[in-house]
Amino acid sequence: MAELIPTQPDPGHEDDHHHGEQSFVSKYLLSTDHKVIAMQYMFTGMAMALIGGFMAYAFRMQLAFPGMDVPFFGIVTPANYVALVTNHGAIMIFWVAMPVLIAAFGNYLIPLMVGCDDMVFPKINRLSYQVFLVSAIVLLSSFFVEGGGFGGAWTTYPPLSAKAEYNLTPLGSSLFIGAVGIEFIAFLLGGINFITTAMNSRAPGMKLYDIPMVIWMIVIASILFMVSVGPLLAGAIMLIFDQQLHTAFYDPNRGGDPVLWQHLFWFFGHPEVYVVLLPAVGITAEIITVFSRKKLFAYRTVLNTAIGTGVLSFCVWAHHQFISGIDPRMANVFTLTTLLISIPIAEMMFVYIATLYGGAIRLTTPMLWALAFIFEFLIGGVTGIFLGASGADIYMHDTYFVLAHFHYTFFPIAIIGTYAGVTYWFPKMFGKMMSDRLGKLHFWGTIIPFNFIFIPLFFLGAGGQHRRIYDFQNFPALAGEGMQDLRILATVSLVVMLGFQVVFFYNFIISLMRGEKAGKNPWKANTLEWTAESPPPHGNWKVLPTVYRGPYEYSVPGREKDYWPQDEPN
Amino acid sequence: MKPVATTRSAAGIPTGLLAVWWIVASEIVIFGGLLAAYLMYRLSHDAWAGHAANTNTAIGTVNTFVLLTSSLFAVLAHQAAEKGDGKKAARFLLFTIGGALCFLMIKGYEWNYEISHGMTITTNTFWSFYYTAAGIHASHVIAGAIIMAVVAKDAAKGLELQRVELIGIYWHFVDVVWIFLFPLLYIAK
Repeated sequence: MAELIPTQPDPGHEDDHHHGEQSFVSKYLLSTDHKVIAMQYMFTGMAMALIGGFMAYAFRMQLAFPGMDVPFFGIVTPANYVALVTNHGAIMIFWVAMPVLIAAFGNYLIPLMVGCDDMVFPKINRLSYQVFLVSAIVLLSSFFVEGGGFGGAWTTYPPLSAKAEYNLTPLGSSLFIGAVGIEFIAFLLGGINFITTAMNSRAPGMKLYDIPMVIWMIVIASILFMVSVGPLLAGAIMLIFDQQLHTAFYDPNRGGDPVLWQHLFWFFGHPEVYVVLLPAVGITAEIITVFSRKKLFAYRTVLNTAIGTGVLSFCVWAHHQFISGIDPRMANVFTLTTLLISIPIAEMMFVYIATLYGGAIRLTTPMLWALAFIFEFLIGGVTGIFLGASGADIYMHDTYFVLAHFHYTFFPIAIIGTYAGVTYWFPKMFGKMMSDRLGKLHFWGTIIPFNFIFIPLFFLGAGGQHRRIYDFQNFPALAGEGMQDLRILATVSLVVMLGFQVVFFYNFIISLMRGEKAGKNPWKANTLEWTAESPPPHGNWKVLPTVYRGPYEYSVPGREKDYWPQDEPN
Repeated sequence: MKPVATTRSAAGIPTGLLAVWWIVASEIVIFGGLLAAYLMYRLSHDAWAGHAANTNTAIGTVNTFVLLTSSLFAVLAHQAAEKGDGKKAARFLLFTIGGALCFLMIKGYEWNYEISHGMTITTNTFWSFYYTAAGIHASHVIAGAIIMAVVAKDAAKGLELQRVELIGIYWHFVDVVWIFLFPLLYIAK
């Protein structure tokens, strides 16, 4: 982790470097260093991922073996089941994907990749993490209040979420909404730094088109988040008022409208998919260029496509409401926009394939993750076409087909994207190389079971299996031998996949302790972070770098080396 | 003290300004969502005109005047800060804070009257919106006044004068929100 190494007396900067002793608390818990804050976000996110994964394990066991005394959990009651499913979804999106992909990578990479010493507003940055931590604590505390954790699905549709008579969690439901709201504020605070640092604190010479793609993606994602989250924040306040003050914003009996929540939620919820997708796409761009030793194909097209995707993502939200009673003419419009948005994403896939084409591909662990991201996300994207078409969606709605579809999008984003980023930047973050052998074992041990979890769920969903059912044995049409076998296959695969995560943590720790020293630039990459020490000291560089060219000048003809760091004059 | 990052301006826009516009933009969508929801309800419920008739237009007008005047002081404070006169800027900021307090007191009187006459947040959805929208706005008035006090304290010593403009932008935004709330909640009957 970031160590305090005395750096040069930079004008107006020297006071920041208290040479020598700092207590553990001020160094790791109250630090304003962007790298420390990134680690805080990353480790909190990973801890939440373990919790979210454990929840998935508990409810999948119930689905495969109904009524079983689940090891390490106990009997899963119906109330447990709905609370586990609800919080699994919320945790994986808001407390894993967001903090790791946006906050951890954003905090770590933005100053290092644009060539400055820290974020523009370090104290706001620290505050952002602290607010985020509070939100995580509030969420977890909701399990221990009277009535237990909220179980009305992560989408929290009223009237189920609004009335304690229906959801039976008078406090849990408000803590859930409150935690999500606090989390949003943390990311709005974080966004201030992402935008200002990327736009204003670039190294001398770094023009807009010299910014590495992952930074662009995180910036665009932050803007998408900021624009989409406002209405939902207002909506969340209204929902908490409905819960606690008994107003009737969403109560149709007293002049409210529950569908309003669906509009507010999905106006945020759909752009949110792209908020987490874009950073993962950016991470992939960095990795495939380095490990195929080729220039990113069509840099500006990728950038414009990402912006276009962002704009379009605001025009698709009602595809979540095809059976909520919206006007069929509106359903046509939203079908069209939803199918349209697959074009820019498909284009990015083609751009990546074009980048790989003819390259000197090295199948290192990060490269495997990046390729897996493209491959698995493709399945998620293609199945989205089925659901975007309103006619098909009316049948598929709320079945496991939907569930398998969005796991094929979110798993590549949140898990594969994260592992790609962590394995790629681990040498920079900690100064040691990770074991490639263990990394590959972990890769295959994750990817193969992942497909065995969710491909069966496509079949179950197409067979009519509804999402929110505690015990399928109560439904003769769904309780047949063949269907139960598929459920058991999915659950066993999940257990195998979770088991293989031990390999990752073992690799992480063993590499930290005994890994080979990484040096500044183990992957021979161009971007600026690889010109700093590994791990970079507080302040990142002794002399802040100057930029002379774009980030993807690999295998340039006529040069001896096949890479050309951004800060080398020639 | 500050990292080099804080002092750079690659895009040519002062960093503080960029940050404040980010905050204002994120607030616009919060109020935008709330008011869009209000408008959709309002348009589909004719009865709301009758509920809205109970709001006190006179008090709303006075409060609009108070808030606009406080914004004038924010502009004067900015002008003084531009000239480097921190003391004068701080004094004008105090007038702005005075306006904020005045606004809140009038609001408190108004709400007290309405609540004691049976128009509470649960009376019907119009009143729910009325208290929610004005309440969220009032919380921004309070936050703005507190930040302004911090800025004024530094400005009086001649420090961080650029912040006078930044808090001014935020204050104008709070003002503009009220300019939307006033006709929607008070005038349209």
